[in-house]
Amino acid sequence: MAEDDGFEQRLRQARARQGMDPKPRLNGPLSGSSASVGFRAGVEVVSALVVGIALGWYLDRWLGTWPWLFLLFFVIGSVAGVMNVYRLFDPRRSSGKQD
Amino acid sequence: MAAESGSIDALSQFELAPVFGPVGAAVGFTQSNAHMLLAAGLITALLMFGMAARAVVPGRLQSLAESSYEFVHGIVDSQVGHGGKRFFPFVFTLFMFVLFGNMLGLFPYAFTYTSHLAVTFGLALIVFVVITAVALALHGRKFFGYFFPEGAPLWLAPIIVPVEVVSYLSRPVSLSVRLFANMVAGHVLLKVFATFVVMLGALGAVGPLVATLPLAVNVLLIGFEILVAFLQAYVFAILTSIYLHDAVHLH
Repeated sequence: MAEDDGFEQRLRQARARQGMDPKPRLNGPLSGSSASVGFRAGVEVVSALVVGIALGWYLDRWLGTWPWLFLLFFVIGSVAGVMNVYRLFDPRRSSGKQD
Repeated sequence: MAAESGSIDALSQFELAPVFGPVGAAVGFTQSNAHMLLAAGLITALLMFGMAARAVVPGRLQSLAESSYEFVHGIVDSQVGHGGKRFFPFVFTLFMFVLFGNMLGLFPYAFTYTSHLAVTFGLALIVFVVITAVALALHGRKFFGYFFPEGAPLWLAPIIVPVEVVSYLSRPVSLSVRLFANMVAGHVLLKVFATFVVMLGALGAVGPLVATLPLAVNVLLIGFEILVAFLQAYVFAILTSIYLHDAVHLH
């Protein structure tokens, strides 16, 4: 299929020359309407909180230190949630990656 | 019917019921499982029969099979990057399974197996185990460096490491809850407005006229739900690819 590949390549080049193909846009984690982005951010925060609370609660039950680890992991979960949202808008991924 | 009792019963559509008579009841084989099998069969049929012709100029079915292949291939290639090709079967299977689950659920009388948290969390857990196993296999003990960024000062470790661990553990939760919540919300909305149609339709002379309003809403909602069904499968696939990228490259 070597000739097919060559043809595809030439076709692509020709299309790019004529500007027929839209610029390949980066399909990062942030593509979609603002509502869906907002929903995604909310899910990230809530899930991190849930994991933090669950971890703290189980550790407390295991170690018998209620409610200190629960409170600690509640805070950790909130921070992790904020970090998840920050990752959603991560400048590192979108700028450092060349396709 | 829910409307006859005068209340809106939007959640009974998610109830599981065993199928295939006493045999199905004995092994707990529900309509959800039946739809999963149906989806698996349809995906296999699409790819087998679609690609059977192997025509240079593809027909309709072959075109569908090829474009779904190329779509997922594009996701994996662009997100995972170098060395991502071997994860293509995994991501493709997940994408098609979720997509067919979402789409099948939009047919009348069909069941949406992706509207159950157990199913979506099961899928997300598979993803989580795979990305962790891949990262451990490729990087060994260096994987744990993922939880502590290199440039950070050491005294911050007691704060950063738990936060990173919780953030990592929250991945399967957010992955599954997103899909689950989208599917449930869509189907509840559809049911609510469908019940409005029945309730308003029974309001005497003006009833059928007024009932066209929620009917119109439902027509719009179905179109929106088709978009959501595709979008959520896409998001599931792309997030899996992003996690795989992290697992392969560890930043």
